[in-house]
Amino acid sequence: MAFFTTKGRTFEVSVVISNKPGVREPEGETILHDLVSKSGFEEVESIRAGKYLRVKVVAPDPASAKLLVEKMCNELRIFNPAAHSCEVSIGRVPGR
Amino acid sequence: MKVAVIRFPGSNCDLDMMAALKRIRGVEPALVWHEDGALGRGDYGAIILPGGFSFADRLRAGAIAANSPAMARVKRLAERGTPVLGVCNGFQILVESGLLPGALLRNSTLKFVCEWTFVRVENTNTPFTSALTEGQVLGLPIAHGEGRYYLPPAELSKLEKDGFVAFRYCDSAGKVTSASNPTGTLNNIAGIRNKEGNVVGLMPHPERATEALLSPLGRPDGTLVLSSLLVKTGGKKRA
Repeated sequence: MAFFTTKGRTFEVSVVISNKPGVREPEGETILHDLVSKSGFEEVESIRAGKYLRVKVVAPDPASAKLLVEKMCNELRIFNPAAHSCEVSIGRVPGR
Repeated sequence: MKVAVIRFPGSNCDLDMMAALKRIRGVEPALVWHEDGALGRGDYGAIILPGGFSFADRLRAGAIAANSPAMARVKRLAERGTPVLGVCNGFQILVESGLLPGALLRNSTLKFVCEWTFVRVENTNTPFTSALTEGQVLGLPIAHGEGRYYLPPAELSKLEKDGFVAFRYCDSAGKVTSASNPTGTLNNIAGIRNKEGNVVGLMPHPERATEALLSPLGRPDGTLVLSSLLVKTGGKKRA
């Protein structure tokens, strides 16, 4: 996860932007109804699509890397707070 | 009145807007490139953000343009009371920049909808609706993939209570029905205004409805929206 560079360590930070609960997400609905459910995966109950950003950032430690990306997302409105939630996590696989 | 039409990379309704404004006597439109400082020198009586696909809709429709230097200038002018109209992508830019509340999400059908709609005028107390009458039904075309207006429930009730919905999709008789909602937009909302009333955004294209010959209704209804700029006082109430 961490690499040493002249400026410090490079961390990968994952950003997942998705519609907040209660806000309809038609892309996931289409994937579920028109592909998954029709193709023998009746066990699948729900699919929500979203946007995934993989950010590389130089920082002294993982916590500051995460903080910096959170600040970036808020200040530049990478997500629209009226409708979206934005989850920031360290590493490639978004953790919960 | 000098009116600035801001052109972003990817704007594509800018020239239609210019042509529509040029035909209104008393309006002098100017096409302003988004990086041009001319906007800051500010002797414009109004600013229009035209439709299109600014910055190729990357990240989210309107999201990149919302952070452009041009929008920082538009925000300052809007705070001083300059009328600002956003049409389609312009409306998306207004919500992404925070000048109007809410979000414009993917249409619930996931389809890009390109059709003529009817909209009912809900609020005439803005510089873009003052030539209209409350309850008046306009025929205006829409063409967008992200026009489903969303606002969290509590804020939406407040918006409705304050009367800040400017336009609502309806049928030809002015009735607001789910069949006349083309995108799944909440409460059939097609356009809104800010608290002060000087900033208005709408998804339908008034500039594409300024020639009777090109409207299926044979009426240039869009001209009424744009020429409202020249009406000095607040609009007419329904009798």
